[in-house]
This record gives sequence, C-alpha cells and structure tokens, in this order.
Amino acid sequence: MSLNQPDAEFESHLAFRNFLGKAFGIVCMVSTWFSIGALVVLLASVSWQASGWLNWSFITNYDSRHPEQAGVLAGLWGSLWLIFFTTIFTVPVGIGAAVYLEEYTQNGWIKRFIQVNLSNLAGVPSIVYGILGLTVFVRMFGLFGTKERVIELSLFVLTLEIPVPFGTTVLSGALTLSLLILPVVIVASQESLRAVPSSIRHASYALAATRWQTIRHQVLPSALPGMLTGVILAISRAIGETAPLVIIGALTYVAATPGDIESPADLLRNPGSVAEVPFSEFTTLPIQIFNWVKLPNSDFQHVAAASILVLLIFLLVLNGVVIYVRNRFQKNVRW
Amino acid sequence: MRTGMNPFQAISLIVLLVLGGCNIKDVEPTATSPSADGSLSGTVAIDGSSTVFPISQAVAEEFQKENSGVKVVVGTSGTGGGFKKFVLGEIDINDASRPIKQKEIDACKENGVEYLELKIAIDGLSVVVNKENDFVDCLSVEQLKKIWEPNSTIQNWSDVNPAWPDKKIKLYGPDTDSGTFDYFTETICGEGGASRTDYNPSADDNVLVYGVSGDKYSLGYFGYAYYLGNKEKLKIVAISTGHESNCVVPTNESIEMGEYVPLSRPLLLYVNKASMDKPHVAAFMKYYLNQGQALVNEVGYVNLSQADLAETQALLE
Repeated sequence: MSLNQPDAEFESHLAFRNFLGKAFGIVCMVSTWFSIGALVVLLASVSWQASGWLNWSFITNYDSRHPEQAGVLAGLWGSLWLIFFTTIFTVPVGIGAAVYLEEYTQNGWIKRFIQVNLSNLAGVPSIVYGILGLTVFVRMFGLFGTKERVIELSLFVLTLEIPVPFGTTVLSGALTLSLLILPVVIVASQESLRAVPSSIRHASYALAATRWQTIRHQVLPSALPGMLTGVILAISRAIGETAPLVIIGALTYVAATPGDIESPADLLRNPGSVAEVPFSEFTTLPIQIFNWVKLPNSDFQHVAAASILVLLIFLLVLNGVVIYVRNRFQKNVRW
Repeated sequence: MRTGMNPFQAISLIVLLVLGGCNIKDVEPTATSPSADGSLSGTVAIDGSSTVFPISQAVAEEFQKENSGVKVVVGTSGTGGGFKKFVLGEIDINDASRPIKQKEIDACKENGVEYLELKIAIDGLSVVVNKENDFVDCLSVEQLKKIWEPNSTIQNWSDVNPAWPDKKIKLYGPDTDSGTFDYFTETICGEGGASRTDYNPSADDNVLVYGVSGDKYSLGYFGYAYYLGNKEKLKIVAISTGHESNCVVPTNESIEMGEYVPLSRPLLLYVNKASMDKPHVAAFMKYYLNQGQALVNEVGYVNLSQADLAETQALLE
C-alpha cells in the first residue's frame, strides 16, 4: 500500500468527518434561527396587537380605566429612574468587588467561599430579594418605629431630606434591584479581569508601576468592555423584574412621576427636583403590563401590547448607549 | 518622614464634614391640612386585592380630576399582603376581597390601629361553559361540589347527570393564591382551599376565559367582570340551591338583590380610623361612597343595594 494512494477506508472516514463538520454547522445555525425566529414571532404578534394603540398620548398619559386614555407616563419614568439609580449603585460596587477578588486577594478558602456564595446568589429567585428589600430598606427592621422621620443631610448646595426608614420609594426599589443583579455583575467582571493576560500586569510591574497604576492604566481599561457586557445583561434583567418590586410595595396606579418630572423639559427647568426622585413613590412598565394583561376588558390587551413595545424600545435604546460606550473603550485597547 | 494626612484621616474628615449638617427629626403632619383656598392636599395610600383594584383606580382617577392637590396611589399586593401593611399603619386603606382574619385583627390591636369595615360593591363568581354546550343550563350547588371537591370521582359530564354526554369535563379555575379560589372552595366545598387538584389553574382570569371558550366540554369559574367582558365567547350557567326551579343566572339585578346565592361576595374597604382625621382621606372616602358608586358598574362589578349602601355611608359618618 503506497502512501500517496489513500485507501477506501480513509476516504469513507474523511467523508464522514466532513459530514460531521457540516452537520454541526447546521445544528448551530438552527439554534441561532430558533431564537431569532421566536423573537420575530413575539415582535410581530405584539406589534400587530399594538398597532393603532401606540401613539404620542400613550406616552404622555397616566393610567386610566378607559383603555383608549390609558398611558405609560408613570411607568416609563418610574422604570427610567429605577434603572438609573440601580446602575449607579451596582456598577461601582460590582466592579470594586470584582477587582478586589481578582487583583487583591490570594487564592484561598475565603476567596473560594465568597466565590461559591456569589454563584449561588446569582440563582436565588428574585422574589426572595423582594422580601429582603422590604425588611432592610423599606422598613429597616422596624428600628425607627412607625413614626415618620427624616434625616436632613446638608450638602454644599442642597439639603437632602432622607426619610427613615426609606419606605416604598425609588431608592428602596433601586437598592433591592442592585442586590439582585450584583452577583451577576461581579461574576461577569471577574471573568473579564481574568481574561486580561498576566503578561500585561508583569510588564507593567517591570516598568516600576505600582499595583494601583497597573490596575488603573492597564487592567481596568482592557477589562472594561467585558465588564460592560455583564452590566448590560444584568440591567436588562433588572428592567423586566416585577416580583421583587411588587413585594416591596411598588404601586400599580399612581398619577404622578418621581419628583414630578414629566418630561425632559421639566428636568432642565428644575434640575433640583432630581433630589426628590429617590424618595418618591413609583410604578414601573412591567408592573403596568402585568396589571393590564389581567384586566377583564379585552381592549387592555392592546394597551399591554403597546406598553410591551415601549419597554422593548426603551431596552433597545439603553443597550445601544451602553454598547456605544463599550466600543469607545474597546478602541483604546491596543496590545 | 512624610507629614500630611493619610487616607484614613482624609476619609474621616470628609465624613465629618458631611455629617456635620445632618440631623434626624420627626415629620410634623402639616402637609395634610387644607390650604387657604380650601383645596385639599396630601397622599391617600391604598393597597390590597387586585380584584378591588379596578374600582379603587377608577374612583382615584375621577377624584384627582376634581382635587388636583391630592395624590391617590393604589398598589396590588393582594388582600393578605395589603393587610400586612395595614396593621402597621403604613397605608390608609386596604382593598379586600374577603373579611379580615382574626390574626389580622389581633395585629391591628397590637399596633393600636383602629379601622372601619366598609362594603363598597358586590362581585358575583360566574360559572361558565363553552358557547356550544347545549346541555348545561343550570347546576346545583351539590353538583358543583361533586365536581370540584377534593378527590372528586367525576370525570365525564355523564357522571354528573346521566342525560348528559359521555365526554370528559375539562376544568378551568383560578390558582390557589387567588381570593376567588378561596371564596369558591369555601362556599361550594365547605372549606377554604378544599378543591380537586387535577384542573387547569391560572392566576390570570383571561387565560381561563380563553381555555373555556376553546373547548366544547369545558367548565370554569371566575369573577363576574370577566364574564361581562367576554359575553360573546361564553355561556353562563345558572346556579340553584336545592331544587332545580331555583336556578338563578348572575345579572346585575340578581346579584344586587341578593338572589344570586351563594356565589356572590361583598368587596370591602378597610380604612384606618386615624387616617380619617386627615381631611383629604375623609373627602376621598366620602367621594368613594357617593359619586364613586357610579363607577362600580363601569368596571364590571355590581352596586350594593340602596339599603346596604345607606348602611355603609352611615358607618362612615
């Protein structure tokens, strides 16, 4: 048998191996199209139901018992502020914890212990965080009794009046959602810190950079895009949450927006009102959708569909912004 | 050696600077008194049953049109969830689809919360079958009990009445978290929560409507408002107590006159007495029991009879 004459057995095996490669490709393609197909079906049915219902007054009206007058103003601003504050609380704490775990701690049982607990926390049902948030933030273990009190905090330009306990406010909601998504953000940030080659760190130390300089100028910039991906996924999850918010007592019907800011123009006219936002009562888009879907009048199904579209657009814009920021950072990484 | 502050000193200094302007004080209940021109201001906090929610929302919507200074907020944590806040004095009003339980009464006493119990509307649970069902017009309470009791042996319609077809009954009902489920099981099966478990449960009554309307041999029960909203897709079943001549179909009249028994239940408001001292809450409650009663029908529930309404109004005074 000569070497340059492949035998029949080899030929048939080769054909089989080539077939395997193609088959795997097809399986992967079907997986992709399956999720895209599901999304298209969802979008099509929601858009079809929502057609004619999604107009400008739907965005600027409060909820109403008349389906044609019902709108998402309260839910839209509620969700917006809630996510804004959730992001503010989550990003520094999440990234800080990840940096500490990856860059500062030694591998040991403490780190392993924290690691296992973080992964477990990421799988805890969201309603459990709602119960936690109700006790810790809304009621503060009842430490302050039932009497309403405020802490006056004078910052340089304005005085914050912080109610204790926080009660059912945007602040309580945002802190609860932060607890919910922190494990996800930490684990994702750790992964992306681990993906920074250690040769980069060594090179930096070799040039006499301190640990702070190494983290600040080398590790963080290159890990940031990956961290932001984790943040996007976590925030997208937080936007859709209903259960923990209903538990802490988020409202279903309220004809007011947090801080009474009803439009971006209000925000520019009276920027000081932002200070009231964290201490306002609120409702969110998913809570409104959940409520409308359950109502007996079948016209509310269209209202619900229209608000699902609003929620999807909101999510899309938010993710777009984060992805834009991420790409800006990615450009700066040159190895 | 380097002088100056180390980080710890710097942080403590910043904390001191910030906390320097910080003090805790009690909130004086000033925001609730009527202002000079007699207009009301303040917040009315309502929580509780999602069954009562549409009524409270409708009243809140109309009340706020006339009193723009008052903010009425309505949550839907469920009757029990609402009571948990009510007994702590966290909300002014609890929407309830069942009467207060002894445990909740005790908790109120413990926390010094006194309350008013006000009937505001009636809900009639509707038993429905598919539109094409031509053999069932009326079911007795005993028949319903036989069908729904735990470990029920009824599988086919012919098991209920030999004259009916030998086809499997597909059962649809609210899930066990629902107040409707509690009420139905208590009045029909004699014990709250006692129900057969092999039925199709859903927390969303629209799913039940969908299920019954798509299945010729189905049977389901849910709130009267959901029947009214889907009349063209469903057939209502009359309910009789005892003899077949007593069959009563749920209509606005039969529910209001108290003829549709035992499946009609009162919807209640529990109002914190301390909140009634605030003029805006008192005004809201007055509105609820007067102008607000016109809205009850609009959202699919049934008004109280004149006598019952007068009794409730007297209670409020």
